[in-house]
Amino acid sequence: MGRYFVRRLLETIPLMLIISIFVFMFIHLLPGDPAKTLAGVEATVEEVEAIREEWGLNDPLIVQYGNYMKDLLRGDMGRSLKSSTPVTELILSRFQYTIQLVLAGVLWAPALGIFIGVMCAIKRGKAFDLGGMLFAIAGLSAPGFWVGLMLIQVFAVTLGWLPSGGLDSWKSLILPSVVMGLGIMATLARYSRSSMLETLREDYVRTARAKGQKESVVMFSHAFKNSLIQVVTILGLQIGGLLSGSVITETIFSIPGMGRLLVDSIAYRDYPAIQGLLMIFSLQYVLINLLVDLLYGVINPKIRYD
Amino acid sequence: MSNKEQLQNEELQQQNANFEAEYIDENVAYVADSKFKSFVKKFMKRRTAVVGFVIIVLLLILAVVGPSIAPYDPAAYNYDNMFAKPSAEHWFGTDHYGRDIFSRVCAGAPLTLGVALSSVIVGTIVGAVLGLLAGYYGGWIEMLVMRGADVLFAFPDILLAIAIVAILGPGIVNVFIAVAVFTVPSIARMMRSATLAVKSSLYVEVAHSLGCKDGRILFLHIFPGTTQTLIVNFTMRIGSAIMAASSLSFLGFGANVTDPEWGAMLSQARSYFSTAPHMLYLPGLVIFITVLAFNLFGDGLRDTLDPKIK
Repeated sequence: MGRYFVRRLLETIPLMLIISIFVFMFIHLLPGDPAKTLAGVEATVEEVEAIREEWGLNDPLIVQYGNYMKDLLRGDMGRSLKSSTPVTELILSRFQYTIQLVLAGVLWAPALGIFIGVMCAIKRGKAFDLGGMLFAIAGLSAPGFWVGLMLIQVFAVTLGWLPSGGLDSWKSLILPSVVMGLGIMATLARYSRSSMLETLREDYVRTARAKGQKESVVMFSHAFKNSLIQVVTILGLQIGGLLSGSVITETIFSIPGMGRLLVDSIAYRDYPAIQGLLMIFSLQYVLINLLVDLLYGVINPKIRYD
Repeated sequence: MSNKEQLQNEELQQQNANFEAEYIDENVAYVADSKFKSFVKKFMKRRTAVVGFVIIVLLLILAVVGPSIAPYDPAAYNYDNMFAKPSAEHWFGTDHYGRDIFSRVCAGAPLTLGVALSSVIVGTIVGAVLGLLAGYYGGWIEMLVMRGADVLFAFPDILLAIAIVAILGPGIVNVFIAVAVFTVPSIARMMRSATLAVKSSLYVEVAHSLGCKDGRILFLHIFPGTTQTLIVNFTMRIGSAIMAASSLSFLGFGANVTDPEWGAMLSQARSYFSTAPHMLYLPGLVIFITVLAFNLFGDGLRDTLDPKIK
């Protein structure tokens, strides 16, 4: 168990290092001279040289990377080209909005998804199963940006029940949380159904039934609990996926979070901000997956013998 | 018969079929034919998958004939008829330039579907080759491919496509590249594990001991064993590709705003939707139906070809 934790933790370090190289290389992967790109189209030769000096672009790549990592570990991700505020500050000021959105999605979607999936498995082949699975695949196929706009159209414009954008009160979180959670709910419904069906075929479920255990106990204590083990692994990937969902959701609902900042930074070619955001997004994703894997180690006793 | 026995039986049949395909040359055509027939028979039992398939065929026809069946010129401005509500003349209304929305959706079909399909095809070929090589050779190739996939996976979902467009700049060609790259890691990972599974089968060992060259073993013995999984995953990826490409266009990184790309049309509709909500309906609906059709079809394929996953 302890060894599993340590090994899983250690695995994260090289992955983060490779990601940091990728993000660092970002500015060099852009077509053309990075100094000119950073200085902008209208920059004079002196300005370009000043940028080259400031960014240390004359140094060998490996030295540049070393400096980049040194700054990064101190929490310094450079200054935004657009607003010249430090990128770290910029991201921190937007961070809370994205986290609110992710939490708003996580609060209801996994629970509802698992509930639908398990109920479908129990009522396999019945109308509920068919309806539930059609609902799930429709939720998986509906483009978030369209669903969001339609929700605004119905609940904000036509009915006037909920605000159409911004993030001022809990009411303004409702529609975005639907857009955020729809995909995760649909995916979990599908996974938990097949996981539950697989568990129901296990010998220990048959044994429980054979010894005359009540059906509700068989379903909950024997089948459902064990079927969750598989679902948890998917959950990590899905919650991580919510981060990228924030890009679309924040754009539709005009929420000033990190996703919106990324879209704006790309449109403005604010490369330091893009680099910083990519780094933070992937760091969060890797950490969420690490957390879920550790949780997986706790709930799955088999892993201890690994 | 319990499910496990049934699975074992199916595996046995699969092995027999492989054996026959390898050694009984005259019967190869016959075996392949009956295999296909039984596949069709099984597939037809899955009604939702058949619906998906029919919609896909209709969409592909639309992509070919769409521009020519459009009732109006999709690019013709008509300032006398801006924001017209759906009517008998304009089934889904007109947009902010008075262009007929239905005609634009027809005209945009080859663009939207073409970008998604071609990028998934390219991404799948690259991913499949990388996965095959990684699974077969192992060692540093495997390490390189798998770590590369890990890094790409660290940018969840559409974020990877956004990152690539951020490097390359906006535009439909760059969306194609971004979606292709976005497809590679998941196909490569899947293909590696499929290769590992087939690599340990008896007939591959036999091929080795008969002195077959690596290239021959890879493409004649291992690759055919992985095609079922590959086809299923390929179909599943098309839905995500359409979603990713239209999301990029929606965010303003993809198709030109004047192009009738479905995501770009929605992006335009967003600016006017409090006055002209009908601009939202059709483009969003066709994206939804297209993705749904590919997902239903992919689910059906998976259940038919790969009973183990279910």
